[in-house]
Amino acid sequence: MLKILAARYQQGFRTIGYPDRPAVLPDRLRGLPVILAGKCPDACTLCAQVCPTGAILPGQSLRLDLGRCLFCGACTEVCPTGAISFSNDARLAAGKRADLVIGSDGPKLAGGFDCQMFGRSIQFRQVSAGGCNGCEVDINVLTTVVFDLSRFGIKIVASPRHSDGLLVTGPVTRNMKSATIDTCAAVPTPRLVVAVGACAISGGMFRDQPEQNNGVTDLLPVDLFIPGCPPHPITILDGLLRLIGRVK
Amino acid sequence: MSYLQIHNGQALPFSQIPCLQFSEFRALTVEAITAGQRVCSFFAMPNPAADETGFAHLLVAVLASNADRHLSVLTSMVGPSFQSLTPDCPQFHMFEREIAEQWGIMPIGHPWLRPVRFHKPWNDAPEVWPAESAQLFHIGGGEAHEVAVGPVHAGVIEPGHFRFQCHGEVVFHLEISLGYQHRGIERELTGGPFKKSPYQIEALAGDTTIGHYLAWCRNLEALQKIPVPPRAEAIRAIALELERLANHTGDLGALGGDVGYLPTSSYCGRIRGDFLNMTALICGSRLGRGLLCPGGVRFDLDSPERIEKLQKALVKAAADTQTAIQLLWDSPSVMSRFENTGRVTREAAIELGLVGPAARACGIDNDTRRDFPCGHPLPEYFPDRPTHESMTGDVAARALVRWHELKKSLQFLLELVPALPTGPSKSLLPADKTPDSQPDALVVSLVEGWRGEICHTAITNAKGRLARYKVVDPSFHNWIGLGMALRHQEISDFPLCNKSFSLSYCGFDL
Repeated sequence: MLKILAARYQQGFRTIGYPDRPAVLPDRLRGLPVILAGKCPDACTLCAQVCPTGAILPGQSLRLDLGRCLFCGACTEVCPTGAISFSNDARLAAGKRADLVIGSDGPKLAGGFDCQMFGRSIQFRQVSAGGCNGCEVDINVLTTVVFDLSRFGIKIVASPRHSDGLLVTGPVTRNMKSATIDTCAAVPTPRLVVAVGACAISGGMFRDQPEQNNGVTDLLPVDLFIPGCPPHPITILDGLLRLIGRVK
Repeated sequence: MSYLQIHNGQALPFSQIPCLQFSEFRALTVEAITAGQRVCSFFAMPNPAADETGFAHLLVAVLASNADRHLSVLTSMVGPSFQSLTPDCPQFHMFEREIAEQWGIMPIGHPWLRPVRFHKPWNDAPEVWPAESAQLFHIGGGEAHEVAVGPVHAGVIEPGHFRFQCHGEVVFHLEISLGYQHRGIERELTGGPFKKSPYQIEALAGDTTIGHYLAWCRNLEALQKIPVPPRAEAIRAIALELERLANHTGDLGALGGDVGYLPTSSYCGRIRGDFLNMTALICGSRLGRGLLCPGGVRFDLDSPERIEKLQKALVKAAADTQTAIQLLWDSPSVMSRFENTGRVTREAAIELGLVGPAARACGIDNDTRRDFPCGHPLPEYFPDRPTHESMTGDVAARALVRWHELKKSLQFLLELVPALPTGPSKSLLPADKTPDSQPDALVVSLVEGWRGEICHTAITNAKGRLARYKVVDPSFHNWIGLGMALRHQEISDFPLCNKSFSLSYCGFDL
């Protein structure tokens, strides 16, 4: 018992202050891309050529689809003028698929949800549908003392019957398609669906491969999109807090 | 003719590898396994000389003997079937099921032939499975019953199906059926490497990003003759050990959680994040995405401040893990749950070809880092050898092995980080084009990931493109070990046994 108390004292208080205080993020984190389309040289497509997932969209002005982006930074390495770069900002979640496409005018983050019907508490059931355990571990970490998700009234529960919605990760493999749909059907209505990570939103690096479904968006109605590969835990936390109106 | 000795991460012309008649191949393989070698990789590919020889496929086997530090390879040509090796060498069981699934080649006499990942054969061959009722084990009798769990489980965890065959409270056998995570990565790599290939390799198993991508980089470096500077090798070694530290810490905490011991569980959940944040300090990604590249690393520990920050975090984590994890061994209630739970015998572990901490916990002293060294030279004390009390093959042993490994990895990093070699962190390649790969060549790269031996085999065609890229995650060897561990246990011990192996679903499903 004394050893436990000594350990408790040594470990200290570890819960972060987010969202009341800004998150402390690594300086090399590749967060929200900053696009300065005015800097693009004429007819330059270098960034689109190296992008592994086609996240840089064809067209007149430089636009990037956060739903496909792996945040690998290959585009910034080839860009001759610095028209595209990654900032340290981890807030990325959007409420509509179209809002994930960003240009020079920056992002349109999620907000204005009507989650009153769930009261002050939302329970999620997580479904990994071909997720590589990257998004899964970064969701799991939200339940540790560092992020302490339950202090916001958000919990991850064991059964879809006990939940208000699903957190889906992975491109939805052929072998997980029916289980994903069944799990959603087991959630009582009204229910929420959150797509976490590039795979769940667009298929990510597996897009257009025959064994998967290019994500969950055409299977279930998605209420919140959290981009990243995998998203930083702060990105996921920020998205969920926007859903309950704790962050606006 | 016999198996040809090769070296970890060194390419050689494919024509040098002996190709034997199957009967001879089989006899040599059984002899080698009986003499104490084990299978690292065994797979089929289309035979480039199919028209002349009449055999449609090539079988390629990679064997290793850790004690003799001997890695070897042999091939054979086969038609629509071959005589299964599994009855003589059980460790081939999953490899032969995989070959049957990918190419429709029948391993005649396989005792337990059923799909691995539930996909159609790659070559449109007819499927070779027996009737569905013959695929699953069944148990009969008055008290006998089966409990089916999954694919969707109670935690934030990947999907898999588990079927417990029970007699009353006692589990006779656990049958594990996976494939839900199958994304078709291996097949997609044929003809590559493509633009998206590196990212798919990083996502083979997201918790082993560094381990798998390191094997990929080494294969490309061997095929394209790219040198790797010493500083890059040192940073790679740091990243590989940080990945091990994060996962060992997280799992030891989760083992505490599975027996209701919350102090260790809650501290370790947080300390695991501290290790991930150290990787993020180097490259911006907690899982090490984008840290490595063929020829070195994309991110250097460039400033004294960054190195000092990393060193300070390591010192802090060393103190935190010591108090948090030692509590497990100081708590009799924890030890009474760990000890004698989920025991796998040394004999079974050898026969099934288990790898990594799960094998070391059975007293099998195999470690790729020491036995097939590649990259940064390691000091004498590292990696750790299992101690006598960590060889009992139960949950306690698997936990103890990982606790010892964790301490040794920390010691290694605390010495390496302040003494990084100087020089560039990647070799300067011509920016305009990637170098060509050696045509008609084979290279095998072994990396000791945190779960155990990762084996990537690359074979190039006449144009230097990938004719076959074979990935073996340690989980591919070890899932059957979990099945063995559950025998004569209670179902309620499943979470504890499962976590003590902590295997990958997507690494297995590919």
